Amino acid sequence: MNVTTVLDAKGLACPMPIVRTKKAVDAIESGQVLEVHVTDKGAIADIPAWAASGGHTILEHTEEDDVLKFWIQKA
Amino acid sequence: MTLTKWTAAEVAKKVINNEELFILDVRNADAFADWKIEGHQFEYLNIPYFELLDGVEEILSDIPTDQPLLVVCAKEGSSVMIAEMLTEAGRDAGYLEGGMKSWSEHLEPIKVSNLTNGGELYQFVRLGKGCLSYMVISNGEAAIVDATRMTDVFINFAASKQAKITHIFDTHLHADHISGGRQIAAQTGATYYLPPKDAEEVVFDYAPLVVGTEVKIGNTTIAIQAIYSPGHTIGSTSFIVDNHYLLTGDILFIDSIGRPDLAGLAQDWVRDLRETLYNRYRELSNELIVLPAHFMIIDELNANGTVSKPLGDLFAENHGLNIEDEETFRSMVTDNLPPQPNAYQEIRQVNMGKITPTGEEQTEMEIGPNRCAVR
Repeated sequence: MNVTTVLDAKGLACPMPIVRTKKAVDAIESGQVLEVHVTDKGAIADIPAWAASGGHTILEHTEEDDVLKFWIQKA
Repeated sequence: MTLTKWTAAEVAKKVINNEELFILDVRNADAFADWKIEGHQFEYLNIPYFELLDGVEEILSDIPTDQPLLVVCAKEGSSVMIAEMLTEAGRDAGYLEGGMKSWSEHLEPIKVSNLTNGGELYQFVRLGKGCLSYMVISNGEAAIVDATRMTDVFINFAASKQAKITHIFDTHLHADHISGGRQIAAQTGATYYLPPKDAEEVVFDYAPLVVGTEVKIGNTTIAIQAIYSPGHTIGSTSFIVDNHYLLTGDILFIDSIGRPDLAGLAQDWVRDLRETLYNRYRELSNELIVLPAHFMIIDELNANGTVSKPLGDLFAENHGLNIEDEETFRSMVTDNLPPQPNAYQEIRQVNMGKITPTGEEQTEMEIGPNRCAVR
């Protein structure tokens, strides 16, 4: 996967992971991929829901050692 | 305009006093549909916070200006952000301190009645989850029934009444919330009773709660009499307090009845449930005031915020007590049941003492409504 930007949002509490994710997605081009790392459990539901509302695609998501990772392709 | 922090206790007063409130719930649509702050006069708008990151201008016209406005989210952070945006847009807005987490944990002690010889009976209403606990106080002693894990509330309340907690009962092994009984017993030296049939896998010491268990609270006579009433669980036990109040646990609610499936034995326990509701309870006085361990909908609250009704009224009005045909009854309580409570299997394990999650994990496990009834 060709990742354009990696965003480290670990340790941040809601709403900051989404706020940062949105800013990072705003800064990339359509079709490019943002990789996000978060530890806030609320992100499990919120990142996919936020992505769906903007038409972005979650290409993959993993959970390892309490770190959630999402790969988001910008619409 | 003004940004105000609201506590769960202040929101609880709005519910109990039947006041108006406009709630902007900024959680996901799924979370909102599953569980929200219920009030008789509350209105709602659900827009996830992540759809408002570019501004709140588009929703301003959907928010009335003649009611107080409270922004609510899961833990607080997002509601503060959105409430700040609303105040910058010219509205007075509040946010709920601690979010739905603190709403789930808030307990409101409300007096049900005086008892004989100066005793008192209190109901602890957990509005956010629909759990009801009880405290009987008499002559400097207190007994608690179905305590939740917010143990400080019970301990401090008893202290404020200069009462020593001596007896703690759970009507059954709970599946929807974590019992505070064992911890309160450990802190106060009180005796913790559990029905042995529900406690076969329990890994700590407890006093067996069996038929005929009768205790007196204080040196005056507040009788607490145990009645075996299986169905929600095989050990479920009801109490008659002061010959006047029937604490039904999760067997009989005001507008519904207990579900028999949360320990995975619905088919086995449906006959017990029927027997309890249609035979055992019918032998009791219709005058008894039913005090259940849960409510499901806000309409079950009385004007003073308590949840109670005479047994005779329930025989007349509660659908679950009025199903003539046994097969229809069996089908109602075993087929098409509502979703089970969140993490109910893990919660049972906690209540047996088999696992000990952290405080944060316990909060997560208890998120959502109790879902102990079939209607």
